Amino acid sequence: MSSDEPRLVDSFTAPKEVLQEFAELAEEEDFDPFAETASKRQIAARQSDYHNRRFSRVANESADAFKAADEGQDVEGGYKDAMRLQMLEREEQRVRRAIEEKERQAREEGKEKMDLDRTPPREELMEAAQELAQSSGAKRKRRWDVSEPSDENADVKMEDKGEWSKEALEQATPKKRRSRWDATPADVTNVGETPKRSRWDQAPAAQPEPAMTPIIMNAPGVMHDDKHNRYLTDEELDAILPSQGYQIVTPPPGYAPVVRPPKFANPVTEVGGFHIQEGSDAAAAAAAAGLAPELPTEIPGVGSLAFFKAEDAQYFAKILKEEDETELSVEEMKERKIMRLLLKIKNGTPPVRKTALRQITDKAREFGAGPLFDKILPLLMERTLEDQERHLLVKVIDRVLYKLDDLVRPYVHKILVVIEPLLIDEDYYARVEGREIISNLSKAAGLAHMISTMRPDIDHADEYVRNTTARAFSVVASALGIPSLLPFLKAVCRSKKSWQARHTGIRIVQQIAIMMGCAVLPHLRNLVDCIAHGLQDEQQKVRTMTALALAALAEAAAPYGIESFDNVLKPLWVGIRLHRGKSLAAFLKAIGFILPLMDPEYVSYYIKEVTIILIREFQTSDEEMKKIVLKVVQQCAATEGVTPQYIKQDILPDFFKAFWVRRMALDRRNYRQVVETTVELAQKSGVAEIVGRIVNDLKDEAEPYRKMVMETITKVVASLGASDVDERLEVRLVDGIIYAFQEQTTEDQVMLDGFGTVVNALGIRVKPYLTQIVSTILWRLNNKSAKVRQQAADLTTRLAVVIKQCGEDQLLNKLGLVLFEQLGEEYPDTLGSIIAAEGAIANVVGMTQMNPPIKDLLPRLTPILRNRHEKVQEATINLIGRIADRGAEYVPAREWMRICFELLDLLKAHKKGIRRAAVNSFGYIAKSLGPQDVLQVLLTNLRVQERQSRVCSTVAIAIVAETCGPFTCLPAILNEYRTAELNVRTGCLKALTFVFEYVGPQSAYYVDSVVTMLEDALTDRDLVHRQTASVIVKHLALGVAGLGCEDSMMHLMNLVWPNCFETSPHVIGAVMEAVEAMRVTLGPGVLLSYTLQGLFHPARKVREVYWRVYNSLYLGAADALVPFYPDLGELSEGQNVYDRHPLQMFI
Amino acid sequence: MSSELRYTANTQLEHLHARYTGTGHADLTKYEWLTHQHRDTLSSIVGHPPLMSYLAIADGEAIGRVKFEMTERMLQPCGPPPAKDD
Repeated sequence: MSSDEPRLVDSFTAPKEVLQEFAELAEEEDFDPFAETASKRQIAARQSDYHNRRFSRVANESADAFKAADEGQDVEGGYKDAMRLQMLEREEQRVRRAIEEKERQAREEGKEKMDLDRTPPREELMEAAQELAQSSGAKRKRRWDVSEPSDENADVKMEDKGEWSKEALEQATPKKRRSRWDATPADVTNVGETPKRSRWDQAPAAQPEPAMTPIIMNAPGVMHDDKHNRYLTDEELDAILPSQGYQIVTPPPGYAPVVRPPKFANPVTEVGGFHIQEGSDAAAAAAAAGLAPELPTEIPGVGSLAFFKAEDAQYFAKILKEEDETELSVEEMKERKIMRLLLKIKNGTPPVRKTALRQITDKAREFGAGPLFDKILPLLMERTLEDQERHLLVKVIDRVLYKLDDLVRPYVHKILVVIEPLLIDEDYYARVEGREIISNLSKAAGLAHMISTMRPDIDHADEYVRNTTARAFSVVASALGIPSLLPFLKAVCRSKKSWQARHTGIRIVQQIAIMMGCAVLPHLRNLVDCIAHGLQDEQQKVRTMTALALAALAEAAAPYGIESFDNVLKPLWVGIRLHRGKSLAAFLKAIGFILPLMDPEYVSYYIKEVTIILIREFQTSDEEMKKIVLKVVQQCAATEGVTPQYIKQDILPDFFKAFWVRRMALDRRNYRQVVETTVELAQKSGVAEIVGRIVNDLKDEAEPYRKMVMETITKVVASLGASDVDERLEVRLVDGIIYAFQEQTTEDQVMLDGFGTVVNALGIRVKPYLTQIVSTILWRLNNKSAKVRQQAADLTTRLAVVIKQCGEDQLLNKLGLVLFEQLGEEYPDTLGSIIAAEGAIANVVGMTQMNPPIKDLLPRLTPILRNRHEKVQEATINLIGRIADRGAEYVPAREWMRICFELLDLLKAHKKGIRRAAVNSFGYIAKSLGPQDVLQVLLTNLRVQERQSRVCSTVAIAIVAETCGPFTCLPAILNEYRTAELNVRTGCLKALTFVFEYVGPQSAYYVDSVVTMLEDALTDRDLVHRQTASVIVKHLALGVAGLGCEDSMMHLMNLVWPNCFETSPHVIGAVMEAVEAMRVTLGPGVLLSYTLQGLFHPARKVREVYWRVYNSLYLGAADALVPFYPDLGELSEGQNVYDRHPLQMFI
Repeated sequence: MSSELRYTANTQLEHLHARYTGTGHADLTKYEWLTHQHRDTLSSIVGHPPLMSYLAIADGEAIGRVKFEMTERMLQPCGPPPAKDD
């Protein structure tokens, strides 16, 4: 036994991966397959940290100043309080920032010390370690989810006596509660010493009882039953006790279980410090043990719900259990009613939801704003909220707002806090909903109230709040009109007190421009003047924002309004010389958007000024700057005033040096921007200039870069053509393209499009290169990779026309044969392309010259029709349809019939294009074979189950009738109508609708033959019959108008008319259209005499219908009705004479 | 419109009708309807020059005069509206 053989061991155990597998299996037991999707549905889980900052916002009640003035009292919680609170918050942030700064300094100093002294003496290290252990070690040991002992709370409070301590703050704002869940209690020294402390192990100071209920941002997490102290349920008792030998005793008469008072009045205040929610994992564990009750789907007084989440239990606890309603006060009853309705709306099935929504809307004023919003708003701030729930709740707010009108005033700020985040949501519809609500809110509350409510947030310390407020303000402006908000905006943009206010004011203008688009034009000058001074602001952020706002305004106003920007031109152009970095980027952006507005004669001067800076910034390494520079170059090139000469001389050399480098192809966004800008430059400088500069790079060694070059060339050539390309360039271009096409490693659309576009643009000039190109294609058609084969086939499709133009039929034949041999291809995508290519060749060479001959090609295609792949189906049916149309005689009739049967299957296809192609093919086949057999196939197909297949058959029948003449088909259709089967009869009627729609005036010959059938159909009990027959009558009537068929039309009119009282929407629609068509055929006079019978009928329902008919008649032929109005002179009474005297005059 | 149809596509038709003068509804009075008829008649005459000249000859007036009178008549062709009953 050699030494390298594996050593035998004395005991065997299962291999490691088996054990591993068992371990995984064990873990899978509590694996929740829905957990992942649930978290994706949850809005909060999906959004960024920035979005989730909404949870840390504080809402305060906004006093209704108008109401207060009316009642002559001072309302608490008004503007003054809000401003004071605002100031305190800002100060707090300032202090916190100062602390952080200090901390950082301390850390840096410490580091320096360490650096200076590379090897610190051992005792110092020991000391430090000890210190660390003392300061933080003790706390670290505690688990993060165990609440802090109360003595530490006390401790924190003891230290809290600083100027900005909690107490001091509370004293300053006695009525306010601040739910800053992540706020560090301002213990300055402590924080400074242990910078690494996570905020989880800090206890927030206990908070005083709030006077007003604020919206509780992080959901009240108190479970209604403490799980250790709750009663055992019946199920649990059953599980514990043996089932035999015990008896369940009925409770003694008169026993009433103690109903505990609801405890959720103010959950947060009851719990000191952080409270860890009884998360779903705990509940799941309990559920697994079979102990916890299942989540209810049936709520007393609500009925069954679509779903019920664990979190809902907190909000709807009060209505989850049965209560004796007689003991409740009116207010409590109202509250429960609201909760029930909300639960129905949020979790109910659509019908339940609909009625509940209507109820809550109708009763909104009865419930009052307070109780309603106290329930709705916390639900909206729930962290586990999902899109659908949010949508529904927002809808409730919208409806309720409409009803409450000015009663909503005290809740404006609360609503805003909840709704504003929607404005920056990534979902478009959420943004629209948010806008809708805020706009309704501002209409209900009025401008003055909106301003006084939102003013404090304008210079809020938190950027998130300012951002959302600015957006909300722009919505207010669009709802109430820009002019009404202008004075306020002017004041804010000039605010001396804080730069944040100016910044937000300018941002409001920017948002207005973005949101309202060209609607800013009437106020453009005012808006620009409002923010113009911001360009010279001392704060850099304000200057940047001003430039961005100007960019937005110019973009919205384009192509008008340059005169409004007169004041800012100079500061902008001076600004680009003074600024660097971000603000320069913003200034350039503004310039880029203002340039296209300028007059062509001035623009070149301004462009020259900015080009110097642009060219300097070509070198920048900042990605954002690069993008903006490219955009501005693109905008410059697009303006009318800039000359091709200037672009060629001053911009192109630097531009190509800076941007046409391999590195740019690697980043997707840069890539796109560079291509777009280059295409724009090409519009001015011409194809040859641009293509000549980059054509050599088609042979570059980096593939992404080659692709970028190819895409640019494609776009340039596609828009400008290739006539500009001279002979030398042409050689380089075709050479480069073939090289790039052959060298690609990942087959994609870019190379293919490029090849196709360039070759098609060159047209007959590619003739010398065709042999080379075709041999490339042929070689690639036999490639190992399916992708390559597919691409080669696709290229053939694109080149077929050009090859024919060049007269290279030999090459086409060769390609056709090779493709024919490839029809056995197994990859459906590739097969589809091959068939499409074969079709393209057949198209250009014609059916007679086609090689392989049609009689060989078609039998080969028939079995392929059975392929289920959409692309294959579409390509095949197109080719077959083409053959049926042009070269049906090359194929025996039997083969065509076989194809007909195959085509029936295609009528079931999902793609409309396939169905349409199939239906058309029936027409072509019928044309060459004669309609009888094809029609028989189609009529038989009316018996099948699928509606889609039947509908398509009817269309096909109509097409056959159209191509072969209706007389060939009508007898068969009428005969088929006599079948007792409902589907067949409806199908026949449907087919006739299409027939008469297609044949138009020809129907005059066939009216009499179908009248008896229509009589039958119009008097059928089945609604659909009468509806379809009415449609036939419509098409007939329109077709035969003026052709002398009035007698039969009158007969049909008498049969249609009684149907005017139908109520089913489709039926009544069809009947009304038939009656309208009758107006055209029979003339409005006849129709008027029909309608006169019921215009003043005693029954209202009759009058309504007749007036509807009268109105359509009147709108259709008001003038023609004049001679037909009845003479009602005898109705004249008193001053009213109803004789139409002018009509009674004669010579 | 009957209540069953309130939510269907026919509402649009109804709205469309209501946007034009001369159309009617179930509660239209005799006076209103006839006023519309008279206006239509007058405007039809004014709009067809041969009809105008015919009437002018019959009346022995200038065409312009007849046209003016017709147009004036359109204001209240059937006299002032009758007093409301309720």
